[in-house]
Amino acid sequence: MEQILAFVYENMDMVYIVILSIILGIEVIESVPAVLHTPLMSGANAIHGVVVVGAIIVMGTASPDNYIALTLGFLAVILGTVNVVGGFVVTDRMLDMFKKKPAKKD
Amino acid sequence: MGEYILEIAYLIASVLYIYGLKMMSGPKTARNGNLWAASGMFIAIIATIFLYTDGSGNHLTNLPWIGGGIAIGTILGYMMAKKVQMTDMPQMVSLFNGMGGACAAIIGIIEFPHYVHDPNASFLILLTIFAGLVIGSTSFAGSMVAFLKLNGNLKKDIRLPFYNVLNTGLIIAAVGLTICLAGGHIHSNIELWVYILLGLSLSYGVLFVLPIGGADMPVVISLLNSFTGMAAAFGGFLYGNMAMLTGGILVGSAGTILTVVMCKGMNRSLTAVIFGAFGTGGKDVVAGGGDGTQKSYKQTNPSDLAVLLNYSSKVIIVPGYGLAVAQAQHVVNEMENLLTSRGVEVKYAIHPVAGRMPGHMNVLLAESNVEYDKLVEMEDINPEFATCDVVLVLGANDVVNPAAKEDPASPIFGMPILTVEDAAHTVINKRSMNVGYAGIDNDLFYRDKSSMLFGDAKKVLTELVSELKGL
Repeated sequence: MEQILAFVYENMDMVYIVILSIILGIEVIESVPAVLHTPLMSGANAIHGVVVVGAIIVMGTASPDNYIALTLGFLAVILGTVNVVGGFVVTDRMLDMFKKKPAKKD
Repeated sequence: MGEYILEIAYLIASVLYIYGLKMMSGPKTARNGNLWAASGMFIAIIATIFLYTDGSGNHLTNLPWIGGGIAIGTILGYMMAKKVQMTDMPQMVSLFNGMGGACAAIIGIIEFPHYVHDPNASFLILLTIFAGLVIGSTSFAGSMVAFLKLNGNLKKDIRLPFYNVLNTGLIIAAVGLTICLAGGHIHSNIELWVYILLGLSLSYGVLFVLPIGGADMPVVISLLNSFTGMAAAFGGFLYGNMAMLTGGILVGSAGTILTVVMCKGMNRSLTAVIFGAFGTGGKDVVAGGGDGTQKSYKQTNPSDLAVLLNYSSKVIIVPGYGLAVAQAQHVVNEMENLLTSRGVEVKYAIHPVAGRMPGHMNVLLAESNVEYDKLVEMEDINPEFATCDVVLVLGANDVVNPAAKEDPASPIFGMPILTVEDAAHTVINKRSMNVGYAGIDNDLFYRDKSSMLFGDAKKVLTELVSELKGL
């Protein structure tokens, strides 16, 4: 118990960020019309691709003769990048369709 | 100096995610919002590569490998995203989500050996690593199963005996093992136990999604999406990396809320989705009546329907996934324009879960230039069915099933539906009398006011359009 309290105390700024981010996430989503749920899910999906930053750090700090870490890290960087790039491009394609229609009207 | 700029870059990136996500919640600003979020990600990645330093001030090494991985990932991701059909969007999101989950799991696999043998590593640091590993791999395995199911490679909802017991057992085992490992209670063969933990998490991911019925799949994808967000956040905790932390938490909480909103749209509770029997309760129901008697239905053809539509004053179209699969959205738009030019009022009734995901149908119809104002959401269109002459149900089934309102024994009882049975005529286009995605029979087809129009949506509608032109 004391260990957990100490951890919270030592990482107070992190704890603030976590709590405020949770509230922000809820606030941002709640007002969204159902029409945009699919693009939004896809956009959020792309954002969690930020995990690729972790993969980059893992790879960049691995010693050059640790082939297992290098291979796995390389794979992780590829997978994470696909998540980011694919996610944003797919979302953009979806949202592009919503944009077209006002131009189509007379 | 570099590390200050890195932290500021992360701050900018975090603000861009939040701002982007906020803009994505309005149809007008959504596209720019996505670009803002993407640019935030770009900043975070570039800054990490060039500015990150470890505790002793060393920059990242192996840069050619990192650059190569990013290049391959970018090309792959871009091609996959550009090539995918709009109808296949849900499985694509699921696939991308699985990759993010795998990435988080791999980070855990590489990092744990550095910490487990270090007596100074605290319980919570170890917990962070293992939590990222467990959640990431569960999300990966679950997303892959969801992908296979939505893609049609895996058709059945497989339910092992004692399914709930087995799954609960797996969770307890995984959580217990995580705590033992993080608490340093395991002293020998630590590596082996971590791989057992990985195996448990992967099996749980598979078993968690395997029995879930098709109609609940969007909810599952959204839930797995928030899982991956959490896994990314644990990575952020481990490295004290603010960009990962805010991005991950934001998606974790937004994804959870989105999941709840989707459940509400289907009037299902999250526990019912996870532990329930949706799509399996009605498994044995055969179209035409499970009680052995063959129920009768009326059939119509394009030329009769053309006359009926031509002399109507108000027509409501209910598009479903069948329409999307047949790629008929453009023909529908053509028919709508033809009818409108003859003074018929045409509207589209959009069920919240039409297609395979909430809002999926809007995306598909927007693709074929249907005007945004003509797409009416369920609550607003339901009172209008009583005043309309013809309802044209195109490839939708479960979302117009009156059993959801009338039959408490039905597995979809309580799900809000489009009350198409109120209209003077209901014409249902389907390829056959087979059951819909939820696997249950639809009483609507056998009603007096209903008639069936069999055939591929695109083919039938093309005939209908040419009949209309001839009138």
